Order: sequence, then C-alpha cells, then structure tokens
Amino acid sequence: MKDFFLSLKTMLGAAPHRYEREDYTPEARALHKSHKSNSKERVASIYSELDGKKASFAVRKYRWPSIIIINLLFVVSYHFDVQLVEGALTASRFVGFHMADLNSALQVMLAFKQILINLVIGTATVFLLWWLVGGRAFCAWVCPYHLVSELAEMLHLKLVDKRLIRDHPLHRGVRSVLYVVFIILALVTGYTVFETINPVGIVSRALIYGVSLGLVWVVLLLLVEIFYSRRFWCRYMCPIGITYGFVGSISPLTIHYNLNLCLHEGECRAVCLVPHVLDMTVKNRAHKEFLDIGADCTRCGMCLEACPTGALSFRVKGLDKLL
Amino acid sequence: MSNAGKPAKQPAGKKTVSRIQREKRRAFLRSIVAGSATIGLGLAGYAPVLRAKEKRLRPPGALDEREYLASCIKCGQCIQVCPVEAIVLADIWDGFGYGVPHIEARVQACDFACDTPQCVLACPTGSLSHDLDTKEQVRMGLARLSRPDACLARQGKGFKGIAREKGLHRYIKVDRWNPIKIADHPYDIELCDLCVRECPIKDAISLQPMSDDPADKRRTPVVHEACVGCGMCEMICPVEPACIVIDARKMWGQS
Repeated sequence: MKDFFLSLKTMLGAAPHRYEREDYTPEARALHKSHKSNSKERVASIYSELDGKKASFAVRKYRWPSIIIINLLFVVSYHFDVQLVEGALTASRFVGFHMADLNSALQVMLAFKQILINLVIGTATVFLLWWLVGGRAFCAWVCPYHLVSELAEMLHLKLVDKRLIRDHPLHRGVRSVLYVVFIILALVTGYTVFETINPVGIVSRALIYGVSLGLVWVVLLLLVEIFYSRRFWCRYMCPIGITYGFVGSISPLTIHYNLNLCLHEGECRAVCLVPHVLDMTVKNRAHKEFLDIGADCTRCGMCLEACPTGALSFRVKGLDKLL
Repeated sequence: MSNAGKPAKQPAGKKTVSRIQREKRRAFLRSIVAGSATIGLGLAGYAPVLRAKEKRLRPPGALDEREYLASCIKCGQCIQVCPVEAIVLADIWDGFGYGVPHIEARVQACDFACDTPQCVLACPTGSLSHDLDTKEQVRMGLARLSRPDACLARQGKGFKGIAREKGLHRYIKVDRWNPIKIADHPYDIELCDLCVRECPIKDAISLQPMSDDPADKRRTPVVHEACVGCGMCEMICPVEPACIVIDARKMWGQS
C-alpha cells in the first residue's frame, strides 16, 4: 500500500522515494553487497554486453503497428463505411459499444455539469480496458501523438549527440498543476478548455475528418521537443497522462524489475519517457528483490529493449500464482 | 582533479549556489513559463467564442450554444451517419468550438434524407438532444428571404437547367433511400419554386401572389412557423448568391 501511494506521489511530481537502509529486505541488501564486491567483474560484464549491442525493436515492432492500425481503423471505418469504430479517439462506438476517452469525458462532464449516461457507459468500458492493459499503455500503444513524438525524440537525441543542442528539463510537477487547472477551467468557464489544445483529439480528427489547421499547434510542440526539451508534451505537460496514470496505478499489467539480473548500467533510464519510475534501477536503491514499476509507466517497453540482462519484463500481477 | 588545488572560495557575502541547484531553478522557471503558455493558449479559445458575430447553423437537436459547446466531445460520430454529409467540424479559428460540428447550408444542407435525425441518435453526449422524435420538432433557425429582388419567382421567371453544381439531395421520387447529386437532377419549371418544392417540412414555406391581378405571374416565397431552419432552400436556390438564407438559431417571433 505504501508503494502504491509513493508511486502516485512520484507520478504527480515528487522525487522518487528513497528507502531507509533498515527498510531494505535482507535479500536486497545481500544483492547490493554482492554487486558492489564484484564491481570489477560487473564493469567488465557491462562492457562486454554493450559491445556490439544493436538497437532492439522487440517491443516497438508490435507497438508502432498497434498505434498505426488502431488509428487507421478509425479512418478506414469512416471512409469505407466499415462501421467498426465510428468516431474519433475522444469518443467512439466500437462495433456499437460506447467508448469515451477518460480525460475528454471528464472535461465534458465538468463543463456540462450533467451525468451523461452514454458517457458513463463509455468511460466505464474504457476504464476497464485500460485497467486491464495498464493505464498509460494508452499513451504508448494508441496515442497518435506519441508516435510522432517518438520520431521527434530520435531526432532530438541525434542533435544532442552531435552537441548542436542540449535538453532543457522541466519540473515534472507542472503536469499536475495543469491537470488541476484544466479541471477548474472546465468547471468555471463551462467550456472544455483543454480539448482546444488536446493534441490527441487534434491529430485524431485531422486523420479522420481532415480538420487540419490545428496541426500547427502540434507541429509547434514537435519543434519544441526536437530543439528544446526532450518529450516536452508527454513528459511534462499532458494531463491525459495523469488520468490514465491513475488507472494504471491499480492495473495488473506492469513492467517488473528483477534486482538479481540488474547490473545498474542505466540503459533503461536513458531511453525511458518517464525515467523517475525506474529510479530503483540505480545502484543501491532497490529496497526489494522484485519490484513493479510505478503508475506513470506507459508500458512502452523501451526499457525492455534497452536492458541487456533482461532485468525488466512485462508481468501480469497474480498470474504466476494462478498458473 | 585539476581544480583541487585552486581556491574554490566565493567572494564574502555572496551565497554559493551549486550547479545542480541552479539547474533546478532554471527547470522550475521553464516549467512556469511553459505551463502558463499552455494554459494561455487553451484560454485563447475564448476569444472566438466571445467575438463570434454570426451564429453557426448547428445540426438538428443542438442544445443552446453554450451548453452545446460544453457537452460536445468532438468525436464526429454525427458526421459519420449523415447520408448527405451535411455536417462538418470547425477548425481552430472557432476556439472552444474547435472540432464541434456545424452545417454550411449553402454548401450542403440537411434535408432529412435520413428521416429520423441520425446525427441525434449517434451523438454520445446528448449535445444533439435525444428529446427529438421527428424532424418537424427540430429548430435550427429560420429561413429568410435575404435578396427579394433577385428571387426568380418574384420576377415571374421560371428555371431551366441544373440548380447547383455541387450538393446532395434525396429526391423521394427518384430514389427513396439514397441521396443523389443535385447536378444529376436538372429542372425545367415555368415558375421557379425550388425552395418550396424541395423543402422537406410540410407547410414550412409557400409561394404567394404578389398582387390581386390574376394575370400577374409573380409569386413570393413566404416562410411559415413550421420552418425548422434546415437550410434546404438556401442550398437549392439557383441564384448566386442565394436569395434565401437561414438565420441560425433564430426562433419564430424573434426579431
């Protein structure tokens, strides 16, 4: 339970919690000790691993098609009248069943101040779906902005590598502030203020209906992400991430960390959209032998691809007990 | 290690600020700027809503404009079910109305080709009110003769040829279920009565004599209380620009 609240706290902007030494399990302590004593061996094994290491697409080869196919389904359903998923990412009918984006539905209900039965049904369906597959998995596996943002990130990292630019980090708490501000704005103004700048809705509607001028805002965001601040929108700004993060905090599907296999070289944190969730992979910080990654994790699997030792993996909580 | 020998002292009285702290402060400042800019941009959507001079013609069953904008989730499901593709989404210039559906009657009006408003049934939030049962209950606005002098009927003129190059309309006698192009349906009529002829609502508009003289062929279109403001008359009017237009959101008896 403590870990649960700490993971929410970290998502909302707090620095990752550091456990006291006495809170460490004996196994974790022993492992940290052995990692330390074997430091020369450890360094050697890290080098041998990183040598000839190639970029892995083990998860991306599923994830990118997932984003593309889901968004294409919307487009195809409309233009070829397939009627599989009608609507846009903000709200739709999937073979007749109502679906509603949790954040958009929240904005509408706050602005309209009425409980809308169809939205409640749609929200419940979507909540259940993302509870099952891990909250912010929406970001990494469905959000069309996430995909273009990933490409922008690659460009950004290349430019940083050539020392042409540098990354300008922000305080992560700003996203929580925006979350609250947009909730208050919807309540007070009676308009869905956030939807005006919501890149998910903008890109989704542009793809499906060709309403495209708002893409200027999306391009602007991408330019900021390429030249100024890495993953600016997804990492520091987007309130949708928090909404789905809350769902993910209680989700059975997580990324699982195994201290036994970890050599603490930090490859995972270097590729992660939200590296604060991987704080336990820093040497001496994991207080348990096995840990689940916190609420903010998008289940994108970049850390799995980067980890040379397989210390990180997808896990369905309780499944091992069931089987 | 080369710095180790050098004195690292700062001038007395000045606070020493570590690089990490300085970077933290900068990150904090950047966050405030970026956060404010994002909120500001979102709120900028207010301006077009407040300044809007002309009201948009909203699809059948639309709630009051304020409630309509508040409740619309901008998914476009109404667009997808419309058989004549009358509904379009506004672009970013509409501010808070960005992504909210409306109808450009002159380009493509709603002619209730779907019989029961499908857009109303499709709307997941009730922005298009589910209280509607029939098309006669719809109140989108009112038709108004905007250029009486140009009206063919008022000049006693007929109309021959294609009324509009673009646009779809369901002609019940041609095809009960599928709308066809207006361009595929040429007219040859002695006195132009297209606005009356194609009106989907009974007794919403009629042609009335302009004088007591029975030899006077001239007629004037008169809009009645039954008009729902669908915009069919505005779309079909063969004069360019149209002689009859919809005053969006206007109710009978309103000045």
